[in-house]
Amino acid sequence: MTMILGLYNYWIVIVLMMIGFYIIIAHGHLIKKIVGLNIFQISVFIFYISLGKVDGGTAPIWQEGIILYSNPLPHVLILTAIVVGIATTALGLALTVRIKEAYGSVNEDEIQAMDNQVMASQEKEPQQC
Amino acid sequence: MFAVVMLAGIYGLVCASFFVAMDAVDVAFTEASIGAGISTLLMLTTVAMTGRTDHEATHKPLMAFVAVIVTGGLLIYGTFDMPYFGSADAPVHQHVGPHYIYDSIQEIGVPNMVTSVLASYRGFDTFGEVTVIFTAGIGVLALLSVARRPEDDAVMEAINDSMHEKHLILRIVIKTMIPFIVLYAFYVQFHGDYGPGGGFQAGVIFAAGIILYAMLFGLGAARRVITQPVVQMLSALGVLVYGSVGLVSMLNGGSFLDYNVLAADPIAGQHLGILLIELGVGLTVASVMIIIFYSFVGRSQFQKANKGELL
Repeated sequence: MTMILGLYNYWIVIVLMMIGFYIIIAHGHLIKKIVGLNIFQISVFIFYISLGKVDGGTAPIWQEGIILYSNPLPHVLILTAIVVGIATTALGLALTVRIKEAYGSVNEDEIQAMDNQVMASQEKEPQQC
Repeated sequence: MFAVVMLAGIYGLVCASFFVAMDAVDVAFTEASIGAGISTLLMLTTVAMTGRTDHEATHKPLMAFVAVIVTGGLLIYGTFDMPYFGSADAPVHQHVGPHYIYDSIQEIGVPNMVTSVLASYRGFDTFGEVTVIFTAGIGVLALLSVARRPEDDAVMEAINDSMHEKHLILRIVIKTMIPFIVLYAFYVQFHGDYGPGGGFQAGVIFAAGIILYAMLFGLGAARRVITQPVVQMLSALGVLVYGSVGLVSMLNGGSFLDYNVLAADPIAGQHLGILLIELGVGLTVASVMIIIFYSFVGRSQFQKANKGELL
């Protein structure tokens, strides 16, 4: 019982992480993949922040008379990671938009099929000449 | 797809409340403005450009499911050796954490430990992150920028004007809100030493103000307020300010990003250094967010205009 109470934060993180992971590998739609990646990413954020939490501690802003604070280091790492995360997500979405323009589809299978067709026709061409 | 994106936004907001519960106010602040605000907006724009529909998956997801269950099971097995949630003697709290908590107020003189660690102790790290954000901004610009023709702008404005007459109430309400949003961004920027906040959050909030304006009054109007070349220059300027602070401290005889030598008094030097660096971070983050939004919306308008020509 103490184990369940003591470790539940990691289990929540793992469940969220696996949901994200499942979306990434099981869905062909590129935007859904990016959403899955976001869920995965945020689960890692929760993991770090939950590591920094100390029972009975307060937010790490110095105040007279308070001695117990949560660890500020994970907060710093995650704070910057969130902003970098949105920048890279935007890059991924930009790529998706360009893929849509080039292929007319954002579905992985269809894109793969089109690529295969192009490859096959390129291989045939020298024989036809 | 619309539902997927909205749920992702709600998820971001819920996560922000988790972070408050776990004492990470700065992080919660960032997550609320980014996860629920900007990222939802960008995804919606992308969905608008790529289409809402999604066909059913043709391949069986059973393999994926098995892989996920196995990985999850192994990870849970791995947690059995982890320290319990909230325990004060966990390894994380033994290394540099106590030093940051108990000595930063003497060494840096800034009450918000997150700010002092972010800008001073781990200044190199943050410099790297700012550069990554800047690079991502350049990447989006390279992928989505369109050569603007003056006649396009005129057409766009006509479309925008006709579209926006519908949203009269929204326009008036938003117009009164924008000054407060921008003012709040500056408060967060310069109050980051004492309360939760700092360059990252302020940059995002400021960008949100501009984006709100662009959404309701059209991209053309927003581009007249803050032109694209200016934002591009500002995003580079932010990184430059950050790097220059490091160089100035080297010229004053310290090491790179050592603010103690910036002023006669080490604490005053730290204050000055953190202020300048947060300013650089805020500039870069705000302008990169605006660049990203401009690029996405500019691209979608370009697509619409091209479709019109084809028809």
